[in-house]
Amino acid sequence: MNDMTPDREERKANLKGMGCARKRVEDARFTQGKGNYVDDISLPGMLHGDFVRSPYAHARVKSINIDAAMALDGVVAVLTAKDLEPLSLHWMPTLAGDKQMVLADGKVLFQGQEVAFVVAKDRYIAADAVELVEVEYEELPVIVDPFKSLESDVVLREDLDPSADGAHGPRKHPNHIFLWEVGDKGATEAVLDEADVVAEETVYYHRTHPCPLEPCGSVASMDKVNGKLTLYGTFQAPHVVRTVASLLSGIEEHNIRVVSPDIGGGFGNKVGVYPGYVCSIVASIVTGVPVKWVEDRMENLMSTAFARDYHMHGKISATKEGKITGLWCHTTADHGAFDACADPTKYPAGFMSICTGSYDIPVAYLGVDGVYTNKAPGGVAYRCSFRVTEAAYFIERMIEVLAIELNMDAAELRRINFIKKDQFPYNSALGWEYDSGDYHTAWDKALEAVDYDGLRKEQAERVEAFKRGETRKLMGVGLTFFTEIVGAGPVKNCDILGMGMFDSCEIRIHPTGSAIARLGTISQGQGHATTFAQIIASEIGIPADSITIEEGDTDTAPYGLGTYGSRSTPVAGAATAMAGRKIKAKAQMIAAYLLEVHDDDVEFDVDRFAVKGAPERFKTMKDIAYAAYNQAIPGVEPGLEAVSYYDPPNMTYPFGAYICVMDVDVDTGTTDIRQFYALDDCGTRINPMVIEGQVHGGLTEALAIAMGQEIAYDEMGNCKTATLMDFFIPTAWETPHYTTDHTTTPSPHHPIGAKGVGESPNVGGVPAFSNAVHDAFRAFGLRQSHMPHDHWRIWKTANDLGLHG
Amino acid sequence: MTKHHIKLKVNGTEHDVLAEPRELLIHTLREQLDLKGPHVGCETSHCGACTVDLDGKSVKACTMFTVQAAGTDITTIEGIGTPDAMHVLQEAFREHHGLQCGFCTPGMITRAYRLLQENPTPTEEDVRFGIAGNLCRCTGYQNIVKSVMAAASELNTAKEAAQ
Ligand code: FES
Ligand code: FES
Repeated sequence: MNDMTPDREERKANLKGMGCARKRVEDARFTQGKGNYVDDISLPGMLHGDFVRSPYAHARVKSINIDAAMALDGVVAVLTAKDLEPLSLHWMPTLAGDKQMVLADGKVLFQGQEVAFVVAKDRYIAADAVELVEVEYEELPVIVDPFKSLESDVVLREDLDPSADGAHGPRKHPNHIFLWEVGDKGATEAVLDEADVVAEETVYYHRTHPCPLEPCGSVASMDKVNGKLTLYGTFQAPHVVRTVASLLSGIEEHNIRVVSPDIGGGFGNKVGVYPGYVCSIVASIVTGVPVKWVEDRMENLMSTAFARDYHMHGKISATKEGKITGLWCHTTADHGAFDACADPTKYPAGFMSICTGSYDIPVAYLGVDGVYTNKAPGGVAYRCSFRVTEAAYFIERMIEVLAIELNMDAAELRRINFIKKDQFPYNSALGWEYDSGDYHTAWDKALEAVDYDGLRKEQAERVEAFKRGETRKLMGVGLTFFTEIVGAGPVKNCDILGMGMFDSCEIRIHPTGSAIARLGTISQGQGHATTFAQIIASEIGIPADSITIEEGDTDTAPYGLGTYGSRSTPVAGAATAMAGRKIKAKAQMIAAYLLEVHDDDVEFDVDRFAVKGAPERFKTMKDIAYAAYNQAIPGVEPGLEAVSYYDPPNMTYPFGAYICVMDVDVDTGTTDIRQFYALDDCGTRINPMVIEGQVHGGLTEALAIAMGQEIAYDEMGNCKTATLMDFFIPTAWETPHYTTDHTTTPSPHHPIGAKGVGESPNVGGVPAFSNAVHDAFRAFGLRQSHMPHDHWRIWKTANDLGLHG
Repeated sequence: MTKHHIKLKVNGTEHDVLAEPRELLIHTLREQLDLKGPHVGCETSHCGACTVDLDGKSVKACTMFTVQAAGTDITTIEGIGTPDAMHVLQEAFREHHGLQCGFCTPGMITRAYRLLQENPTPTEEDVRFGIAGNLCRCTGYQNIVKSVMAAASELNTAKEAAQ
């Protein structure tokens, strides 16, 4: 009865389930300007908060005088650390086990740090009052270089006992945060000593920023009559925010409701807890009316979570034939003034230990030193799963450098070192169990799609033409094969502030056969309302169009750890499927009762349960839903709902092959991306349209990072890139056209085989763009140059190589 | 600061507002007239999230004072289509997945609305250049361009049919 009769196909199509390029249900609202973002929220009597921020990167705060500000008409309050101290809210815990000043407590440690919080009747008055707060500073020596920081006598964090361990073990210097080591150092060094060939290089992945189009903000509303606090805000993890708010404020968790309304992009920027959130809460408690805080773009770029800033020193060894024998990496991680990374507790350098990449490397070692400097705190996963971007960039650069060392084709070097299909599940030298993969098939498909051999031929001809003086443009072929590790994570390894990284879904089927599902995640543009309904549609046979998805309100949604690290599909998506299966199991009993047969004598078929061998005897899910509410079925409770909390047994390992073909103008440093081919394998594909959109967006963020986007500081710790004038975001004009492709290798441990995709294009895109730039100059002796490859840096590279005559 | 009486026509309706000389048009629209469609992404003219149509031109409402807009005729995303009669562009953005988080979308559609009047038969290059004042962090623009091109051809087909 499971043959694909036209009727069955039609029923299946009606569901708009998994695999269907279903149009998004979110869009009608957004295209008509009816989204509801945090700055759109306006509550009666609401006040506006604004920060006085430090102009200095390191200074003692001698005094703060708020009199002139308080005297301004319309100013209601000015909060300083002194006001927060009695509530123990002048400092707050970070997600990385450190603590961070909410408002300057005696000193400031980075430019733009929050010093005082002004609360006024409107945003204009608040801004005026910020100017009127007089702060007296005494400048202190500034450290912006993490290497110098570890040698300096200047102690940045005077609040920490220099001899005491940090959250991640011993500290070797007052400005040191942790040393995290994985793998076998001795064995790796022994292999390197004996190796035929060793390539050594320092790969710097510069500091950048997720910069979602909507900045961060919150609206806090303390209802003193009922003792309830409602907090709206740009939160990628609303439940975690509720728990933190409760622990910090002492308000019982049931009296706090956290709501993430529509979020205008997150990319990791909205995972952490910022002083603005805390101050809006305190201000609402103090004033008794709602208080809104929304940062401007400059504040967003200067003070909220940055990403990357990893100095990765690597050695990779191989046989003469190119078989990799070992990998060694030491990373110096600049965390800024407070360790405010958003990593699972046991992983202070996130999943950087995925740095053996897609290759079968028998032995490896990774050590990461975290260091304090006078820069903004953060270290978040900017469209990445906890430092996977850094790891992928590192290994994909090391492979290129090794190819140069071996005088080998970099595509071939990758091919001979890939983990083979039959080696999965594969245990990496640094302790991960890769769930599934078929790298060779993906690689061959990619190389063929771009006519790799043809490109190399053209490139060789171009080099000759360049040498003959016939062109000033070189050509680069940027290769990348990446493996991600996403979907954190098994609760036994992964937690954030002690909260296990499971996720959740609750489904309620209404009597008339439509449904609502609520999840512990929150969309920031990923289209959850569309795709999660597709999972449910396929699992339980109710059309996706009849399913509402709700997220982000902690009063209604089951507890979850939120959306980042590509974890929504791997974790909440699995919870959704499992909740659906619970419903299906109950539906089966109801169907059997209605059909007067034994439970085992009915089987599920697209949108119904039918009697085995008699498909004309069936009950649709609609019939079953109605019966669940109107029939007294012996031994079965009324109603049809289920909740699932899913603790994944492993992470998922999406992978992909990206190839970028670029022309580089040696004289101007400008580049022209002629072609970008992206093959992704994210396991089972839920909505190909949404996947493709995620890939386009992630590649464009990768383009930005690789080619120009940077958070840069001068020696005084001044942030030089705090506006969109200086901080590069590609426009439609600079962005190339992308060609997307895929293979499908389902995850064996995930209920629907899905792996997650949102971050792959950023993880794989950055090395693809960067490798293209490097590759253009390979024939002229370039081994390594630093991102971002803006016009000036490329020109400088050409100049250093003597290409300007 | 003294407030000024300003007359504006917004989405076909005449409004009288009181605004300080320094009040930005985006704030008047969002906070006084409750038109929350145009967004604020930068306040420095870079992102285009605040784009409105003013006397037949695309204008970044974060970079204009309300007093400067006195007597003008403004269309925001709320005035471009209605729930029962969405504009072709609004339909096309949905059809071709031209948006993700939606934060840039009102400004993007408002800009495209004007672009297609300035140039009803744009090439892909024209579209890319024409919307370069509007940033999007989510989509990589490819599907936005596709949406605008599709809307252009649909509008042209409708125009031909009408002739
Ligand atoms: S808010 Fe007006 S251009 Fe960004
Ligand atoms: S859809 Fe998010 S910024 Fe454009």
